[in-house]
Amino acid sequence: MEVVSPRTLEEALRLRAAEPGLMPIEGGTDVMVDLNFDRRRPVGLLNLNEVPELRGWSRDDGLLRIGASLTYAQVRQRPLADTLPALAEAARTVGSPQIQNRGTLGGNLGTASPAGDSLPPLLIERADVELASVRGVRTLALERFLLGPKRNALAADELIAGIRVRPSGARQTFMKVGPRNAMVIAVVSLALAVDREREELRAAYGSAGPVPGLVTASTGERETFPELVAAAAEPIDDLRGTAAYRRHALRVLVGRALERCWA
Amino acid sequence: MRIELDVNGEQLEADVWAGESLLYVLRERLGLPGSKNACEQGECGSCSVLLDGELVCACLVLAAQAEGHEVVTVEGLAGAEGLHPVQAAFARAGAVQCGFCTPGLVVTTAHLLERNPDPSEDEIREALSGNLCRCTGYAKIFDAVKLAAGT
Repeated sequence: MEVVSPRTLEEALRLRAAEPGLMPIEGGTDVMVDLNFDRRRPVGLLNLNEVPELRGWSRDDGLLRIGASLTYAQVRQRPLADTLPALAEAARTVGSPQIQNRGTLGGNLGTASPAGDSLPPLLIERADVELASVRGVRTLALERFLLGPKRNALAADELIAGIRVRPSGARQTFMKVGPRNAMVIAVVSLALAVDREREELRAAYGSAGPVPGLVTASTGERETFPELVAAAAEPIDDLRGTAAYRRHALRVLVGRALERCWA
Repeated sequence: MRIELDVNGEQLEADVWAGESLLYVLRERLGLPGSKNACEQGECGSCSVLLDGELVCACLVLAAQAEGHEVVTVEGLAGAEGLHPVQAAFARAGAVQCGFCTPGLVVTTAHLLERNPDPSEDEIREALSGNLCRCTGYAKIFDAVKLAAGT
C-alpha cells in the first residue's frame, strides 16, 4: 500500500487514470473508519488534501462553483451560509466540530450514503456534480449521480472536482431526526424550499430510500405536500428505525418545514 | 514508508505502514500516548488534536496527510511555566474522574477558548459535543471550561 499526494488537479487525474485502484481520500471521516476497522485494503490512497483546485468556492454571474474539498465547517461560514442556508444548517448537524473540520462535500458525494447530510440540501437547489478526468470535465445532475446506497456514477478514472449550483434564493431549511443533536447518522432527514419565484415546493429526504430523493409540487399543493413526500419515500426497517416511523417522521417534518419557510 | 511530522514544534520522523492513522503514529511510533485511542471512528473525541490549528480527531487523519502541516497534541499544551490554564482549571474543578477522555476535552476546550474567550453555555455544549465522557455527567467539565474562560 502507498499514499500519493498530488499537488495539482492535473497530477491527481493522471494518477487516478494510471491506477484506478487508488482510493481517493479527502477528510478521511469515512475512508479512515474503513481502514481502521480493516474493512477495506485498497492498493493505495490518493490524498486530495494538497490539490489547490479542489479548495474554496467562487461565484460567477450567479453560478456558484464549490470545490470538492470544502469542509462542513467552511459551509457554515458566511457569506456562503447565507447563499445556501439549508446546506449550512445540515453542515451544523454533521457529527461534531472535529468531523465538520475534516469532512468535505466531495467526500459526502463520494460516499453517496442514503444518509449523507449534504445531499438533500443540494438536491433542493438542483445542484450539479462536476466530474473530472484526463478525458475532460463533465457535469451531472446530483439526482443522476446518486445511483444507490453508497453507489454513484463516478467512472473509474474520474474524481469529484466540485459542485455547481445556481442558488434559488428560496426560503429553505434542513431538519434531521436522531437520538441526540451531535454524532448522529440521520434516522430521517429533510431539506425543503418554498420557491415563490417559481411557485414550486421542493423537498428532498435522506435516510428514507436507497438514495436521497427529490419531490416537487406547486405552491398550491401545500396541504397535500407532507403526504406526497412521505408517499414518495422508500424507507426500510433497519437498526436506526422502522420504515413506518420514517414515513411518519417525514410527514411531520415536511409540515414543520413548510410552516418555517412559508412566510 | 517514511514520513516526517511537525508535532508540538518538533520535526519527527517515523517509519509507518501507509494506512496508519495520525493517532496510531503519535502513540505507537512517536511515544506520544496523551491522545487516547478509543473508538477509532471519530465518535468519542478522545484523540482530539490540532492540525494547523483546527480541531480534528487524530484517528480519522491519515498520518501521511499530516506531512507538511502542524500538529499539536495535549503534550504540547503545557509550557515552561507549568500547566496550560485549561489543564489547571480541569484539575481545580474536579472535572476528571477516570481521566480517559480528559486529554481530548482539554485540547477541545483550549481550542474553543482560543477562538471564543467567553463562550455561552450553548456554545460550550456545541463545542464539546464531539467529546464523550462516561464518568462525570459533564457538569464539572462545564465548570472547568467556565473557570478556564475566567482565568
